[in-house]
Amino acid sequence: MRLVLEKRAEASGRMAILSPVIAIALTLITGGIIFALRGLNPFSALYVFFVEPLTTSWSIEQLIVKAAPLAMIGAGLAVSYMANVWNIGAEGQLTAGAIVGSAIPVFFPEFQSPPTLALMLSLGVIGGMAWAAIPAFLKNRFGTNEILTSLMLVYVIQLALDWLVRGPWRDPKGYNFPKTIAFSDWQLLPQFQLLPPSVGPIYINLGAIFAVAAVVALAFMMGRTLKGYELRVQGIAPRAGRFAGFSREKTVWFCFLLSGGLAGLAGICEVMSTVGQLQPGISPSYGFTAIIVAFLGRLNPIGALVAAFALAISYLGGESAQVALGISDKTARVFQGVLLFYILACDSLILYRLKIIGRTPGPAEAKA
Amino acid sequence: MDYLLEALHVTKVFGTLKANDGVTLKVKPGEIHAFLGENGAGKSTLVKMIYGALQPTSGEFRWMGKAVTIPSPAAARKLGIGMVFQHFSLFEALTVAENIALAMPGAFDMKKLSGRIARVSRDYGLPLEPTAVVADLSVGERQRIEIVRCLLQEPKLLIMDEPTAVLTPQEADQLFITLARLASEGCAVIYISHRLEEVKRLCHNATILRHGKVVANVDPTRETAASLAKLMVGGDIHVVKSAREDQRGATRLKLDRLRLSADGPFAVELRNVSLDVKAGEVVAIAGVAGNGQSELFDAVSGERSLAQAAMLLIDGKPMGHDGVNARRNAGAAFVPEERLGHGAVPAFTLSQNVVLTRHSSDGALVKSGMVSSGGASGVSQRVIKDYDVRKGKPDPEARSLSGGNLQKFVVGRELDRRPGVLVINQPTWGVDAGASATIRQAIVDLARQGSAVLVISQDLDEIFEIADRIAVISRGQLSEAYPASDLTPEKIGLLMAGAHERKEMAHAARA
Repeated sequence: MRLVLEKRAEASGRMAILSPVIAIALTLITGGIIFALRGLNPFSALYVFFVEPLTTSWSIEQLIVKAAPLAMIGAGLAVSYMANVWNIGAEGQLTAGAIVGSAIPVFFPEFQSPPTLALMLSLGVIGGMAWAAIPAFLKNRFGTNEILTSLMLVYVIQLALDWLVRGPWRDPKGYNFPKTIAFSDWQLLPQFQLLPPSVGPIYINLGAIFAVAAVVALAFMMGRTLKGYELRVQGIAPRAGRFAGFSREKTVWFCFLLSGGLAGLAGICEVMSTVGQLQPGISPSYGFTAIIVAFLGRLNPIGALVAAFALAISYLGGESAQVALGISDKTARVFQGVLLFYILACDSLILYRLKIIGRTPGPAEAKA
Repeated sequence: MDYLLEALHVTKVFGTLKANDGVTLKVKPGEIHAFLGENGAGKSTLVKMIYGALQPTSGEFRWMGKAVTIPSPAAARKLGIGMVFQHFSLFEALTVAENIALAMPGAFDMKKLSGRIARVSRDYGLPLEPTAVVADLSVGERQRIEIVRCLLQEPKLLIMDEPTAVLTPQEADQLFITLARLASEGCAVIYISHRLEEVKRLCHNATILRHGKVVANVDPTRETAASLAKLMVGGDIHVVKSAREDQRGATRLKLDRLRLSADGPFAVELRNVSLDVKAGEVVAIAGVAGNGQSELFDAVSGERSLAQAAMLLIDGKPMGHDGVNARRNAGAAFVPEERLGHGAVPAFTLSQNVVLTRHSSDGALVKSGMVSSGGASGVSQRVIKDYDVRKGKPDPEARSLSGGNLQKFVVGRELDRRPGVLVINQPTWGVDAGASATIRQAIVDLARQGSAVLVISQDLDEIFEIADRIAVISRGQLSEAYPASDLTPEKIGLLMAGAHERKEMAHAARA
């Protein structure tokens, strides 16, 4: 008896929807086994990890805070990956955006008006784009592998950030802590009340609105416009893309600038809200987790929004598991890794069907 | 032991499709046995089961009278069944002997093996130099490696899948002598081909398949090509009417000393290619595969840009620097050889594939950057109706169509634009007789309405059926285009082997 993957005539629409669900189910089972091996009750541990974060209005606020950057970056990456452009360095572009946008409060702390906000956000986008432009240029000019260059540049910019906040940009009154001055007023994102206090007050900041706007705009672009058509063709049939007269170089530029700009926006939004100043460790690896978001969301911007919430839960669950169960918050990373593994594995079910073949050895084989 | 191989009521089911339905046939030792049928008739499925690559759903095979299961190609080779595939599996950077050594089971002595290769290839009239590197060899020589590889295992049955599709007429003649000699020594040959004349000439027996069933078993020497074709298709085949009147107009497509460097170690460099295609005529470029046809297509379509704008003129306008869309907007249309992945996106529906080549030239498809799915589906429905594209769903994915139907769609998508210049590479490659006739007729009709048509093809029958003038490409050089009526297959064969190259060189030396 053996298992065989048999190619389907057409992609299965049912499996395209089911595959992330199966992947999540398998992740939960694997997670339960890991908890059980550590001597914990798997059911209560999974409850603490995945359900408890959804039970209070405060934690729902936190969920949105975590999901917004994941959705924003994930949607940009989904578009790039769809076009077969592999930007793995969103974490670096996020950092670059945060640094460039923070130049305003660092150099002009007294500059306080609505344009401050707009300028910081624009500089965040430009910073992310500039950092993403490096692997795009190297790929088009020298044919370097963008997976390696974009990933390596993450560590370069993180070290640059470290140097800045320990050196020239350090807050002189900050007791030598590696951070800039605290941002204030127009240097921070405004907050909005999402639900009335009677239901339970839930506040969101401007970043969440940007995330939703980006997701909707990219979904429209991929679904309806010629640009989206071009990106999809380049991704699944590059030779046909050339035949259609689409330029591969332009696509590489477009994808890197788009996904880098969104990552930069997410970065500046983080320092302008949750963190409130520039310091090392502004992001709990949002840029890397967003890669999982893009795949879990089936490389579809709307899907990335949904997937961002799933991954945001794993962040919160990691924190509460640390408190309630006394296990390392690195468990969240294990879950994320396991999830990505299962997503990629389950994706083969869209184009292939699993068959079990039982066979009896024939005389020719028996002889052999 | 009367029969070497018998298939008894063999059925193979893929999903809901019966690729082979109760096939029964018998092959005697020393017999050259043709399998005939249109694409999709089930020939490949049948030989793949004989070669152990597929397992029958029901029915059985008998080998020398005994029931056998053939679980894998390795088991088939052990029984004495060899197969030469249409697409070779050779490493271009290795030598002939090294390539053969890779397929030999167990340990061997390289020197002895080289000696055996030289002896076997000489004995069977397949001259091969064991130390030659495959990349330097012609397609015909590469095929010899595959055949010698099988012969070294001393097969009792040799399966050949469309062996002459890639050969010049002279190379094919040589192959027939080899096969006849093998048969006289008692080795049976299963011979798959679409070329009925050669089946008549070579084969002792022919089994004809249609829709997975055996419809006839005949002696091909007693049939005519027309009667064999009728059995394959199950009806009469449309004869292309070309109305060859001399109504040639102005030059619409002109190639002027076109050069293009090779873009890879095994690619072909185009040298001084010149050709005029006039309104109202079909010009065909004949040649053996891999002599620069795909490079020429890329250069003419604009997928690769040319060094000088004046190397390519469309309606008198120099367009060598322009991309594929600018050339389309100037009234040209292109159909590449490879349908899936080049001419069409496999995972896209037919209406989405309409946008691929028409987004720039067809204003109704893209409005202010947005794709009009209504417009695309309108065009797609029209093409499907006009060119008789048969499909299961209203708007299926391109990859779910059969080769012939997808080809009709890909050709129809361009013809539907009424292009002034049509360039088409291998218009009916792997397409069955019925669909081929539809496509060829449409090409001829387009030319007669005043367009210039350039056809690149390896199928001489097709070329003689539709072309007004014929040029031959060999090693990146194009011969003069001769009127079709002045040429014979033999003459073309000489040109394919490079007869015009010397003249070109002499010409260049004089210049």
